[in-house]
Amino acid sequence: MADIRLIEIKEEILADNKDLADEIRNALRKNNVFMVNMMASPGGGKTSLIVHTIRELKSMFRIGVIEGDIDSVVDAEKVAGEGVGAIQLKTGGFCHLNAPMIRMALDEMDLKNLDLIMIENIGNLVCPAEFDTGAHKKVVILSVPEGDDKPLKYPLIFSICDALVINKIDYLGVAEFDVDVFKERVLKLNPEIRIIEVSCKTGEGVQAWIRWLTDEINAYRNRR
Amino acid sequence: MHELAVTESILNIVLKHAQANKAEKILSISLKIGELSDLVGDCIQFYFDYLSKNTIAEGAAIEIERSPVIFQCRTCSDTFQVSLKDSKDIVCPECGGIEVTFVSGREFYIKHIEVV
Ligand SMILES: Nc1nc2c(ncn2[C@@H]2O[C@H](COP(=O)(O)OP(=O)(O)OP(=O)(O)O)[C@@H](O)[C@H]2O)c(=O)[nH]1
Ligand SMILES: [Mg+2]
Ligand SMILES: [Zn+2]
Repeated sequence: MADIRLIEIKEEILADNKDLADEIRNALRKNNVFMVNMMASPGGGKTSLIVHTIRELKSMFRIGVIEGDIDSVVDAEKVAGEGVGAIQLKTGGFCHLNAPMIRMALDEMDLKNLDLIMIENIGNLVCPAEFDTGAHKKVVILSVPEGDDKPLKYPLIFSICDALVINKIDYLGVAEFDVDVFKERVLKLNPEIRIIEVSCKTGEGVQAWIRWLTDEINAYRNRR
Repeated sequence: MHELAVTESILNIVLKHAQANKAEKILSISLKIGELSDLVGDCIQFYFDYLSKNTIAEGAAIEIERSPVIFQCRTCSDTFQVSLKDSKDIVCPECGGIEVTFVSGREFYIKHIEVV
Protein backbone atom coordinates (compact mmCIF):
# COMPACT_ATOMS: atom_id res chain seq x y z
CA MET A 1 0.00 0.00 0.00
CA ALA A 2 1.44 3.33 -1.05
CA ASP A 3 1.90 6.14 1.44
CA ILE A 4 -0.75 8.76 1.83
CA ARG A 5 0.46 12.07 0.46
CA LEU A 6 -0.85 15.51 1.21
CA ILE A 7 -1.07 17.87 -1.75
CA GLU A 8 -1.40 21.56 -0.99
CA ILE A 9 -3.86 23.20 -3.33
CA LYS A 10 -4.91 26.62 -1.99
CA GLU A 11 -7.01 27.31 -5.07
CA GLU A 12 -10.24 29.27 -5.17
CA ILE A 13 -13.09 26.90 -5.86
CA LEU A 14 -14.63 29.19 -8.44
CA ALA A 15 -11.33 30.17 -10.06
CA ASP A 16 -12.43 29.05 -13.54
CA ASN A 17 -15.55 31.18 -13.33
CA LYS A 18 -13.47 34.12 -12.16
CA ASP A 19 -11.00 33.69 -15.04
CA LEU A 20 -13.81 33.67 -17.58
CA ALA A 21 -15.35 36.71 -15.89
CA ASP A 22 -12.02 38.53 -16.32
CA GLU A 23 -11.97 37.53 -19.99
CA ILE A 24 -15.47 38.93 -20.37
CA ARG A 25 -14.36 42.23 -18.82
CA ASN A 26 -11.49 42.36 -21.32
CA ALA A 27 -13.86 41.76 -24.23
CA LEU A 28 -16.20 44.46 -22.96
CA ARG A 29 -13.30 46.87 -22.52
CA LYS A 30 -12.31 46.43 -26.17
CA ASN A 31 -15.74 47.74 -27.10
CA ASN A 32 -15.99 50.17 -24.20
CA VAL A 33 -19.16 48.51 -22.97
CA PHE A 34 -20.05 48.89 -19.28
CA MET A 35 -21.90 45.99 -17.65
CA VAL A 36 -23.81 46.03 -14.37
CA ASN A 37 -25.15 42.98 -12.53
CA MET A 38 -28.48 43.59 -10.77
CA MET A 39 -29.39 41.19 -7.98
CA ALA A 40 -32.42 40.98 -5.67
CA SER A 41 -34.96 38.63 -4.16
CA PRO A 42 -37.87 37.58 -6.37
CA GLY A 43 -40.07 40.65 -6.73
CA GLY A 44 -37.49 43.02 -5.25
CA GLY A 45 -37.77 45.35 -8.22
CA LYS A 46 -35.06 44.34 -10.70
CA THR A 47 -37.21 44.62 -13.80
CA SER A 48 -38.87 47.84 -12.57
CA LEU A 49 -35.51 49.52 -11.97
CA ILE A 50 -34.17 48.32 -15.32
CA VAL A 51 -37.22 49.76 -17.08
CA HIS A 52 -36.74 53.12 -15.30
CA THR A 53 -33.08 53.10 -16.26
CA ILE A 54 -33.84 52.42 -19.91
CA ARG A 55 -36.34 55.28 -20.02
CA GLU A 56 -33.88 57.70 -18.44
CA LEU A 57 -30.75 56.69 -20.30
CA LYS A 58 -31.69 55.36 -23.71
CA SER A 59 -31.16 58.73 -25.38
CA MET A 60 -27.65 58.86 -23.92
CA PHE A 61 -26.43 55.25 -24.11
CA ARG A 62 -27.09 52.26 -26.35
CA ILE A 63 -28.49 49.72 -23.91
CA GLY A 64 -28.81 45.93 -23.91
CA VAL A 65 -30.31 43.69 -21.24
CA ILE A 66 -29.56 40.10 -20.28
CA GLU A 67 -32.56 38.50 -18.60
CA GLY A 68 -31.78 35.58 -16.32
CA ASP A 69 -35.17 34.98 -14.89
CA ILE A 70 -36.20 31.37 -14.52
CA ASP A 71 -37.96 30.15 -17.65
CA SER A 72 -40.19 33.07 -18.26
CA VAL A 73 -40.08 35.64 -21.00
CA VAL A 74 -42.28 38.15 -19.19
CA ASP A 75 -39.40 40.35 -18.08
CA ALA A 76 -37.63 40.16 -21.45
CA GLU A 77 -40.85 41.27 -23.13
CA LYS A 78 -41.23 44.19 -20.71
CA VAL A 79 -37.70 45.29 -21.48
CA ALA A 80 -38.09 44.81 -25.23
CA GLY A 81 -41.27 46.88 -24.97
CA GLU A 82 -39.00 49.78 -23.96
CA GLY A 83 -37.26 49.51 -27.28
CA VAL A 84 -33.96 47.92 -26.31
CA GLY A 85 -32.56 44.49 -27.15
CA ALA A 86 -33.01 41.81 -24.51
CA ILE A 87 -31.45 38.36 -24.44
CA GLN A 88 -33.43 35.81 -22.48
CA LEU A 89 -31.23 33.13 -20.95
CA LYS A 90 -32.84 29.76 -20.52
CA THR A 91 -31.87 29.04 -16.96
CA GLY A 92 -34.54 26.51 -15.99
CA GLY A 93 -33.80 25.36 -12.47
CA PHE A 94 -30.65 27.41 -12.02
CA CYS A 95 -30.38 29.63 -8.98
CA HIS A 96 -27.74 32.04 -10.26
CA LEU A 97 -26.06 33.30 -13.43
CA ASN A 98 -22.39 32.52 -13.91
CA ALA A 99 -19.71 33.71 -16.31
CA PRO A 100 -20.26 30.95 -18.92
CA MET A 101 -23.93 31.87 -19.21
CA ILE A 102 -23.13 35.55 -19.63
CA ARG A 103 -20.51 34.64 -22.23
CA MET A 104 -23.23 32.83 -24.20
CA ALA A 105 -25.56 35.81 -23.98
CA LEU A 106 -22.81 38.23 -25.06
CA ASP A 107 -22.07 36.06 -28.09
CA GLU A 108 -25.53 36.94 -29.30
CA MET A 109 -25.16 40.65 -28.68
CA ASP A 110 -23.55 43.24 -30.91
CA LEU A 111 -21.01 44.71 -28.52
CA LYS A 112 -19.81 47.25 -31.05
CA ASN A 113 -23.20 48.89 -30.92
CA LEU A 114 -23.70 48.94 -27.16
CA ASP A 115 -22.60 51.20 -24.30
CA LEU A 116 -24.41 49.66 -21.34
CA ILE A 117 -25.51 46.12 -20.53
CA MET A 118 -27.73 45.43 -17.55
CA ILE A 119 -27.96 41.88 -16.23
CA GLU A 120 -31.16 40.91 -14.41
CA ASN A 121 -29.85 38.09 -12.26
CA ILE A 122 -32.06 35.31 -10.93
CA GLY A 123 -34.20 36.34 -7.96
CA ASN A 124 -32.18 35.13 -5.00
CA LEU A 125 -29.96 36.79 -2.39
CA VAL A 126 -27.72 33.78 -1.80
CA CYS A 127 -26.31 32.11 -4.90
CA PRO A 128 -25.77 35.05 -7.28
CA ALA A 129 -23.47 36.58 -4.67
CA GLU A 130 -20.90 33.80 -5.17
CA PHE A 131 -20.52 34.06 -8.95
CA ASP A 132 -18.65 36.77 -10.82
CA THR A 133 -20.53 37.40 -14.07
CA GLY A 134 -17.92 39.63 -15.69
CA ALA A 135 -19.89 42.76 -14.82
CA HIS A 136 -17.98 45.89 -13.82
CA LYS A 137 -20.31 46.78 -10.97
CA LYS A 138 -22.62 44.75 -8.79
CA VAL A 139 -25.88 46.11 -7.42
CA VAL A 140 -28.22 44.60 -4.85
CA ILE A 141 -31.80 45.80 -4.61
CA LEU A 142 -33.56 45.20 -1.30
CA SER A 143 -37.20 46.19 -1.05
CA VAL A 144 -38.72 47.57 2.13
CA PRO A 145 -41.32 44.79 2.64
CA GLU A 146 -38.48 42.24 2.88
CA GLY A 147 -37.37 43.67 6.22
CA ASP A 148 -34.32 45.43 7.66
CA ASP A 149 -32.79 42.20 9.03
CA LYS A 150 -31.64 40.93 5.62
CA PRO A 151 -27.99 42.00 5.96
CA LEU A 152 -27.71 39.64 8.93
CA LYS A 153 -29.35 36.77 7.06
CA TYR A 154 -27.69 37.26 3.68
CA PRO A 155 -24.46 39.05 4.58
CA LEU A 156 -22.42 37.95 1.57
CA ILE A 157 -24.40 39.81 -1.07
CA PHE A 158 -24.29 43.05 0.92
CA SER A 159 -20.57 42.66 1.49
CA ILE A 160 -19.66 42.26 -2.20
CA CYS A 161 -21.88 44.82 -3.95
CA ASP A 162 -20.87 48.31 -5.08
CA ALA A 163 -24.32 49.79 -4.64
CA LEU A 164 -27.43 49.00 -2.67
CA VAL A 165 -30.78 50.24 -3.86
CA ILE A 166 -33.44 50.31 -1.15
CA ASN A 167 -36.58 49.96 -3.26
CA LYS A 168 -40.28 50.43 -2.47
CA ILE A 169 -39.68 53.28 -0.04
CA ASP A 170 -43.34 54.13 -0.63
CA TYR A 171 -43.94 51.28 1.84
CA LEU A 172 -41.96 52.97 4.62
CA GLY A 173 -44.36 53.64 7.47
CA VAL A 174 -46.51 50.68 6.43
CA ALA A 175 -43.79 48.08 6.78
CA GLU A 176 -41.65 47.77 9.88
CA PHE A 177 -38.39 48.85 8.38
CA ASP A 178 -35.87 51.07 10.10
CA VAL A 179 -33.78 52.65 7.35
CA ASP A 180 -31.06 53.84 9.73
CA VAL A 181 -30.65 50.47 11.40
CA PHE A 182 -30.65 48.78 8.02
CA LYS A 183 -27.99 51.09 6.60
CA GLU A 184 -25.83 50.70 9.70
CA ARG A 185 -25.94 46.91 9.38
CA VAL A 186 -24.95 47.10 5.72
CA LEU A 187 -22.18 49.64 6.24
CA LYS A 188 -20.59 47.45 8.90
CA LEU A 189 -20.26 44.70 6.34
CA ASN A 190 -19.26 47.02 3.53
CA PRO A 191 -18.27 50.60 4.34
CA GLU A 192 -17.65 51.39 0.64
CA ILE A 193 -21.14 50.55 -0.58
CA ARG A 194 -23.23 53.35 -2.05
CA ILE A 195 -26.80 53.32 -0.69
CA ILE A 196 -29.63 54.82 -2.72
CA GLU A 197 -33.29 54.95 -1.66
CA VAL A 198 -35.88 54.73 -4.40
CA SER A 199 -39.46 53.93 -5.20
CA CYS A 200 -39.92 52.49 -8.64
CA LYS A 201 -43.62 53.16 -8.18
CA THR A 202 -43.55 56.89 -7.43
CA GLY A 203 -40.21 57.53 -9.10
CA GLU A 204 -38.77 59.08 -5.92
CA GLY A 205 -35.00 58.65 -5.73
CA VAL A 206 -34.70 57.20 -9.21
CA GLN A 207 -32.67 60.23 -10.29
CA ALA A 208 -30.07 59.51 -7.60
CA TRP A 209 -29.75 55.98 -8.94
CA ILE A 210 -29.40 57.29 -12.50
CA ARG A 211 -26.72 59.71 -11.35
CA TRP A 212 -24.73 56.96 -9.63
CA LEU A 213 -24.93 54.70 -12.68
CA THR A 214 -24.10 57.48 -15.13
CA ASP A 215 -21.08 58.51 -13.04
CA GLU A 216 -19.87 54.91 -12.98
CA ILE A 217 -20.31 54.52 -16.75
CA ASN A 218 -18.49 57.78 -17.45
CA ALA A 219 -15.67 56.94 -15.06
CA TYR A 220 -15.26 53.61 -16.82
CA ARG A 221 -15.20 55.19 -20.27
CA ASN A 222 -12.67 57.83 -19.20
CA ARG A 223 -10.39 55.19 -17.72
CA ARG A 224 -9.69 53.55 -21.09
CA MET B 1 -28.85 26.01 -4.00
CA HIS B 2 -25.60 26.55 -5.89
CA GLU B 3 -23.92 23.51 -4.35
CA LEU B 4 -24.04 21.53 -7.60
CA ALA B 5 -22.08 24.16 -9.52
CA VAL B 6 -19.62 24.49 -6.67
CA THR B 7 -19.14 20.72 -6.46
CA GLU B 8 -18.40 20.49 -10.19
CA SER B 9 -15.64 23.04 -9.76
CA ILE B 10 -14.22 21.20 -6.76
CA LEU B 11 -14.10 17.94 -8.69
CA ASN B 12 -12.36 19.55 -11.68
CA ILE B 13 -9.74 21.20 -9.52
CA VAL B 14 -8.90 18.15 -7.43
CA LEU B 15 -8.68 15.89 -10.48
CA LYS B 16 -6.31 18.35 -12.15
CA HIS B 17 -4.02 18.41 -9.11
CA ALA B 18 -4.20 14.66 -8.54
CA GLN B 19 -3.23 13.97 -12.15
CA ALA B 20 -0.39 16.49 -12.05
CA ASN B 21 0.91 14.66 -8.98
CA LYS B 22 0.41 11.23 -10.54
CA ALA B 23 -1.94 10.14 -7.79
CA GLU B 24 -3.88 6.92 -8.09
CA LYS B 25 -6.68 7.82 -5.77
CA ILE B 26 -8.02 10.83 -3.88
CA LEU B 27 -8.90 9.99 -0.30
CA SER B 28 -10.02 13.29 1.12
CA ILE B 29 -10.54 16.92 0.18
CA SER B 30 -10.26 19.79 2.64
CA LEU B 31 -12.16 22.97 1.95
CA LYS B 32 -12.02 26.29 3.72
CA ILE B 33 -15.34 28.11 3.59
CA GLY B 34 -16.09 31.36 5.38
CA GLU B 35 -19.26 31.61 7.42
CA LEU B 36 -20.49 34.36 5.12
CA SER B 37 -21.01 31.73 2.44
CA ASP B 38 -24.18 29.75 2.60
CA LEU B 39 -23.00 26.31 1.66
CA VAL B 40 -24.54 23.08 2.86
CA GLY B 41 -21.79 20.56 3.51
CA ASP B 42 -24.02 17.50 3.24
CA CYS B 43 -25.19 18.66 -0.18
CA ILE B 44 -21.62 19.00 -1.38
CA GLN B 45 -20.76 15.47 -0.31
CA PHE B 46 -23.96 14.15 -1.86
CA TYR B 47 -23.31 15.81 -5.22
CA PHE B 48 -19.66 14.88 -5.05
CA ASP B 49 -20.42 11.19 -4.57
CA TYR B 50 -22.62 11.38 -7.62
CA LEU B 51 -20.31 13.42 -9.87
CA SER B 52 -17.12 11.59 -8.95
CA LYS B 53 -18.33 8.10 -9.90
CA ASN B 54 -15.76 6.29 -12.06
CA THR B 55 -13.06 8.87 -11.37
CA ILE B 56 -10.07 8.55 -9.05
CA ALA B 57 -11.94 10.83 -6.65
CA GLU B 58 -14.77 8.37 -6.14
CA GLY B 59 -15.37 7.79 -2.44
CA ALA B 60 -13.31 10.77 -1.28
CA ALA B 61 -14.45 12.40 1.95
CA ILE B 62 -15.02 16.13 1.89
CA GLU B 63 -14.01 17.98 5.02
CA ILE B 64 -15.15 21.53 5.39
CA GLU B 65 -13.44 23.89 7.75
CA ARG B 66 -15.69 26.88 8.36
CA SER B 67 -13.86 30.06 9.17
CA PRO B 68 -15.74 32.49 11.36
CA VAL B 69 -16.92 35.96 10.49
CA ILE B 70 -14.47 38.37 12.10
CA PHE B 71 -14.96 42.05 12.78
CA GLN B 72 -12.63 44.62 14.25
CA CYS B 73 -13.70 47.38 16.59
CA ARG B 74 -12.63 50.84 15.42
CA THR B 75 -12.71 52.17 18.95
CA CYS B 76 -10.53 49.67 20.82
CA SER B 77 -9.08 47.63 17.89
CA ASP B 78 -10.29 44.37 19.40
CA THR B 79 -11.05 41.70 16.80
CA PHE B 80 -13.99 39.42 17.51
CA GLN B 81 -16.12 36.67 15.98
CA VAL B 82 -19.73 37.24 15.13
CA SER B 83 -22.44 34.70 14.49
CA LEU B 84 -24.55 36.90 12.23
CA LYS B 85 -27.53 34.61 12.21
CA ASP B 86 -27.83 34.67 15.98
CA SER B 87 -27.18 38.34 16.50
CA LYS B 88 -29.36 41.37 16.10
CA ASP B 89 -26.44 43.68 15.84
CA ILE B 90 -22.72 43.74 15.62
CA VAL B 91 -21.27 45.22 18.77
CA CYS B 92 -17.74 45.00 20.17
CA PRO B 93 -17.76 42.59 23.14
CA GLU B 94 -14.75 44.37 24.66
CA CYS B 95 -15.95 47.99 24.80
CA GLY B 96 -19.48 47.94 23.41
CA GLY B 97 -18.39 49.99 20.39
CA ILE B 98 -20.62 49.93 17.30
CA GLU B 99 -18.08 51.35 14.88
CA VAL B 100 -16.78 48.08 13.45
CA THR B 101 -15.09 46.92 10.28
CA PHE B 102 -15.56 43.62 8.51
CA VAL B 103 -12.27 41.69 8.51
CA SER B 104 -12.85 38.19 7.14
CA GLY B 105 -15.31 35.38 6.58
CA ARG B 106 -15.53 35.07 2.79
CA GLU B 107 -12.97 32.27 2.29
CA PHE B 108 -13.93 29.87 -0.48
CA TYR B 109 -11.03 27.66 -1.46
CA ILE B 110 -9.61 24.15 -1.51
CA LYS B 111 -6.87 23.75 1.09
CA HIS B 112 -5.41 20.37 0.30
CA ILE B 113 -6.17 16.81 -0.74
CA GLU B 114 -4.91 13.50 0.52
CA VAL B 115 -3.97 11.02 -2.17
CA VAL B 116 -2.22 7.74 -2.67
N1 LIG C 1 -45.23 49.72 -4.20
C1 LIG C 1 -44.17 49.46 -4.97
N2 LIG C 1 -44.19 48.40 -5.79
C2 LIG C 1 -43.11 48.16 -6.56
C3 LIG C 1 -41.96 48.99 -6.50
N3 LIG C 1 -41.03 48.49 -7.36
C4 LIG C 1 -41.59 47.39 -7.91
N4 LIG C 1 -42.84 47.20 -7.44
C5 LIG C 1 -43.77 46.11 -7.78
O1 LIG C 1 -43.22 44.91 -7.26
C6 LIG C 1 -43.46 43.83 -8.14
C7 LIG C 1 -42.16 43.15 -8.53
O2 LIG C 1 -41.36 44.08 -9.24
P1 LIG C 1 -40.37 43.59 -10.39
O3 LIG C 1 -39.69 44.79 -10.92
O4 LIG C 1 -41.07 42.70 -11.34
O5 LIG C 1 -39.37 42.75 -9.50
P2 LIG C 1 -38.27 41.68 -9.99
O6 LIG C 1 -37.16 41.75 -8.99
O7 LIG C 1 -37.92 41.91 -11.41
O8 LIG C 1 -39.06 40.33 -9.82
P3 LIG C 1 -38.73 38.88 -10.44
O9 LIG C 1 -38.09 39.10 -11.77
O10 LIG C 1 -40.05 38.22 -10.53
O11 LIG C 1 -37.81 38.23 -9.46
C8 LIG C 1 -44.22 44.41 -9.33
O12 LIG C 1 -45.60 44.21 -9.14
C9 LIG C 1 -43.86 45.88 -9.26
O13 LIG C 1 -44.86 46.68 -9.83
C10 LIG C 1 -41.97 50.11 -5.63
O14 LIG C 1 -41.02 50.89 -5.51
N5 LIG C 1 -43.10 50.28 -4.88
MG1 LIG D 1 -37.91 40.60 -13.02
ZN1 LIG E 1 -14.17 47.84 21.12
